[in-house]
Amino acid sequence: MSVIISWIIALLLLIGAFLSLVATFGVIRLPDIYTRNHAASKGATLGIMAILIGTFLYFYQEHGHFNSNLILAIVFIFVTAPVAGHLIARAAYNSGVGLSENSVRDDLKGKEEYEKQNSSI
Amino acid sequence: MAFQILLNFFLAFVWMFLSVSFTAQSFLIGFILGLLVIFAFRRFFSSRFYLLRVGAVVSLLFLFIKELIMANISVLKVVLRPKLDFKPGIFALPTELKTDWEITLLANLITLTPGTLVVDVSFDNKILYIHAIDIEDVNESIDEIKNSFEKAIMEVSR
Repeated sequence: MSVIISWIIALLLLIGAFLSLVATFGVIRLPDIYTRNHAASKGATLGIMAILIGTFLYFYQEHGHFNSNLILAIVFIFVTAPVAGHLIARAAYNSGVGLSENSVRDDLKGKEEYEKQNSSI
Repeated sequence: MAFQILLNFFLAFVWMFLSVSFTAQSFLIGFILGLLVIFAFRRFFSSRFYLLRVGAVVSLLFLFIKELIMANISVLKVVLRPKLDFKPGIFALPTELKTDWEITLLANLITLTPGTLVVDVSFDNKILYIHAIDIEDVNESIDEIKNSFEKAIMEVSR
């Protein structure tokens, strides 16, 4: 049983490290801030969560130490990471950072017109 | 919903006082018995039986985790593709959700969905502006996912 848990811990840590690595590659390779944000906000979230779950299981199995701080950290990252991604993208758009050249649609351009039409009612 | 939970706690305490044993076990027994009482009297409450709502919240949580894993696999595929030939773009999604916390939840869910990221919310909470990493093949399938998300959130708030 403990061997299986050891394998699960190792697998979780490796998956977390691998996902963080892929997120880093995404930040380097992708063309503009929005697509980079995709890689950073998703890959890093699950990567860190997997590493924290692995750490939690390791201390619980090896030392019998139930560290609830790690569970809280998992929940906090799970809740705050998408909000951070959204805020960074929104701040970038509002300060005029353009999309990459091969993007095909931009409905957010019509936002001000939409607001003008509907706020007068 | 909150009133029903509070009533359930109250009934559990009443059970503890009736059986003069102040332990976690008797609290649990009282809580389960109180649950049965609330279930029996469910037609007198204005909202529905609260365990249904708890179940909806749990299923929403599992949907969240599943979408996070799917999103990571899709990001993996996009990043490790040898040629970066996808077509990103921003599209508008009209939503029927009304209150602020529902829209926050929907935005978080969308951000953790494969290939989508919420950029802005219109001032009247009716339109979400979403950046999609590959707009051509995702657009229709995303609308389906959105419908399932909106349904799941409405199931919680009903």
